[in-house]
This record gives sequence, structure tokens and C-alpha cells, in this order.
Amino acid sequence: MSDHESLITQHIPRLRRYARALTGERSAADDLVQDTLERALSRFHLWRQGSDLRAWLFTIMHNIYVNQVRSRMRHPQEPLDDSAADELRAREPDWGELRDIEEALARLPGEQRSVLLLVGLEQFTYEEAARVLDIPLGTVMSRLSRGRERLRVILSGESRTTTLKVVK
Amino acid sequence: MSESQIAEAELHAYVDGALPAARAAEIEAYLSGHPEDAARVSAYREQLAALRREFNPVLDEPLPRRLQMPRGSWRRLLPRYAAVVAWITLGGVIGWQLHGYNNASPRAEGTAWARRAAIAHAVYSPEVRHPVEVGADQEAHLVAWLSKRLGTQLKVPHLGNLGYSLVGGRLLPGERGPVAQFMYQDGKGQRLTLYVRINPDEGSESAFLFAQEQGVGVFYWLDRKLGYALSGAADRSELLRVANSIYSQLNP
Repeated sequence: MSDHESLITQHIPRLRRYARALTGERSAADDLVQDTLERALSRFHLWRQGSDLRAWLFTIMHNIYVNQVRSRMRHPQEPLDDSAADELRAREPDWGELRDIEEALARLPGEQRSVLLLVGLEQFTYEEAARVLDIPLGTVMSRLSRGRERLRVILSGESRTTTLKVVK
Repeated sequence: MSESQIAEAELHAYVDGALPAARAAEIEAYLSGHPEDAARVSAYREQLAALRREFNPVLDEPLPRRLQMPRGSWRRLLPRYAAVVAWITLGGVIGWQLHGYNNASPRAEGTAWARRAAIAHAVYSPEVRHPVEVGADQEAHLVAWLSKRLGTQLKVPHLGNLGYSLVGGRLLPGERGPVAQFMYQDGKGQRLTLYVRINPDEGSESAFLFAQEQGVGVFYWLDRKLGYALSGAADRSELLRVANSIYSQLNP
């Protein structure tokens, strides 16, 4: 394996985690990771040696995701939406608390979700998140603030009994 | 400290652990007098915990094939490399699953060495230039050397009739002493490793046991003086076929 492939490979699990949380759907998430890997490999010469490879990969993923969401909004009848809807219907009913956070996330605007996940799940600093998303630091902070507050309101509206469930 | 100086952004930085300790202590003091903000902070922290509970397990999922082969050059190497990355950089083996095969119940002692075998497989099977210490072209020397180090006469099973040729072998450190690893590969470069160790209590025997983690499956069994663990990314039925062949060659 060439060096850059092995460098990129290390980040695949984290790219998958972020994509899963972002899209809420396994196959769409892996599509996104696959597109990201292909683009990263084809443009590896653009990565500046010594700079943060993880941030670079997440930037690529973010750009692809944003373009996909835009094109899906232009073509709402595409099969991707159908399969996503099927998957939603097919979800098992007993995920308890775990499903609550996932559903609550899905109800956030995408721009707030990205910030919450980059900061909370991937533990990027606010400055790093700003670079990945190509937005000013102040926008990161306001999206973080609005997203967390909205999530809190959504989650507090859910049944509190689920929080007692054992997390498997 | 003036309370009006606590900005919304600082509350989030507090939640994210991004503040210097002194400032974090000031925020803490502020929160003790402001229950509404304290409730928000605690809800945000619970969000973080819930996100991690929900999505961190994705890190340990085996990669689907299509992520292992986005291009030709990845096809050969990435699945094995991904296994190594998964085993080593993800901080060990979470959720190692053991399944008794033929309803035999594995003992805890059995799981540890099978895991070592699987890790050894994940570490050495991707090697392109140095997969083994002694190659199959020096098979007699390999067997004599490893037999001497383990202190018992070893036999190398031949798996040519199943499509696997011997690559060679190496000596590894085990929990109680030297361990031998033999490596095989098929025409497509898919590799299997056979891990052979001395049993701590000689004379024990077991049925085939099966364990799997991160795409590496292991069939392992105790056969009197020696324990054998066959590891590979091949599917379970293929591993079982090979394990059966090894067993019957060692017990003619």
C-alpha cells in the first residue's frame, strides 16, 4: 500500500462515524465515505504535507455532503430518498434512548447538525470546525448554541422513562 | 468576577472542556448560583454523552467491502490493513465475541490465546515484503527451528489440495513462551495463519471453537500437547474446511 493510502485508511472509521451521525442512515453514510475516499485519493497531491489530514478529509466529506443535499433537494423523487424512507420505516422499535438522540439529530437543520457533530463527536476545536465548514468562528458558535438548545428542547419533549434503559 | 461577562460561547466552551482551568472554575461558581444555566449545561453534557454512546460503536464495525476497495490498488491490501488498524489503533478489542462451536463452552483461558492468534494474523498477514521469517523454500529448516524453540516436534500441514500454499513461518512471543505461526496463501493472495502453541495442561482436548472480530475469524482447538488457532478473513465455512483438513493431517 502506498503511504498516502495507509495515511487515509486510518481515518476511515472516524469518517464513517461522522457520516452515520450526519445522514442517520447506514448505506447513505457509507456512500458518502466512499465518495470522500475516492476524491481524497484522486486529489491527494492537493493535501499539504504536515497539515491536519483528518481536517482535510472531513472538509472533503462536508463539501460532498452539501452538494448531495442540494442536488437531492432539486430532485426530490430520486431513489435515494425512497430507500432512506424505507429504512426509516424498517427501523426496529426498541432502540430506546439510542433512537431518541438519533431522531432528535435528524430534526436539526443540517448546518447545526454538522457543527454539533464535529465538535461533540469528532472533538474538533471550534477553530478547526470553522475551517472544515468554511464558515467564520462566530457562525460556528451561534450554530452550536442554537443546535444544542434545539436538541435540548426536542429531547426534553420525549418520554423521560427511556433514559433509564440499559444501553447495550 | 462579573457575571455579565459570562458569554453564551463560554458556556459551550465549558461544556466542551475547552476553557483554561481557572476560567472553568469561575464558570462553575457562576453555575452554582444560576440553576437555569446549570440545567442547560447539564443537558448539553448529556447530549454529548448520548451522541458518543450512539455513534462510537461505528468505530468498531468491520468495514463493508466497498470501503475496502474504492480502487484497484486498494483491493488487495486494504482489507488486511483495515483489520490491523481496527485491531491496533482503535484501542484494542471491544466486544470480542466467542461462540462455542459444536456447543462446546470455551474457557476464559482459551479466549486469550485465540485473541493473540487473531492479532498476530492481523499484524503479519498484510506484510508484503516480510510476511514470514523463514520461507517455504526452507521448510525443513523452518520446522526444525520452530520445533526446537517450542520444545516439541511440530508438523506443518499441507493445504495444497484446498488451494493454499505455504508461505513460511515465524516465531512469536506467547503468554507462556514461544509460539509458532505458519502462513498460507491462496492464488488470489488471501492469507490464512496457523498459530501453534504449547498447551499449559498437556492432555486436554477440545472441540473446534470459533471466534470472530473485525473481520478476522479464528477456529481454535486443543489437541493434547499443542493448541492450534487458524485465523483468516475468509468466511467461516471456508475456515472450517481448512481447520478440518489440518486436524485430520495432524491426527492421521
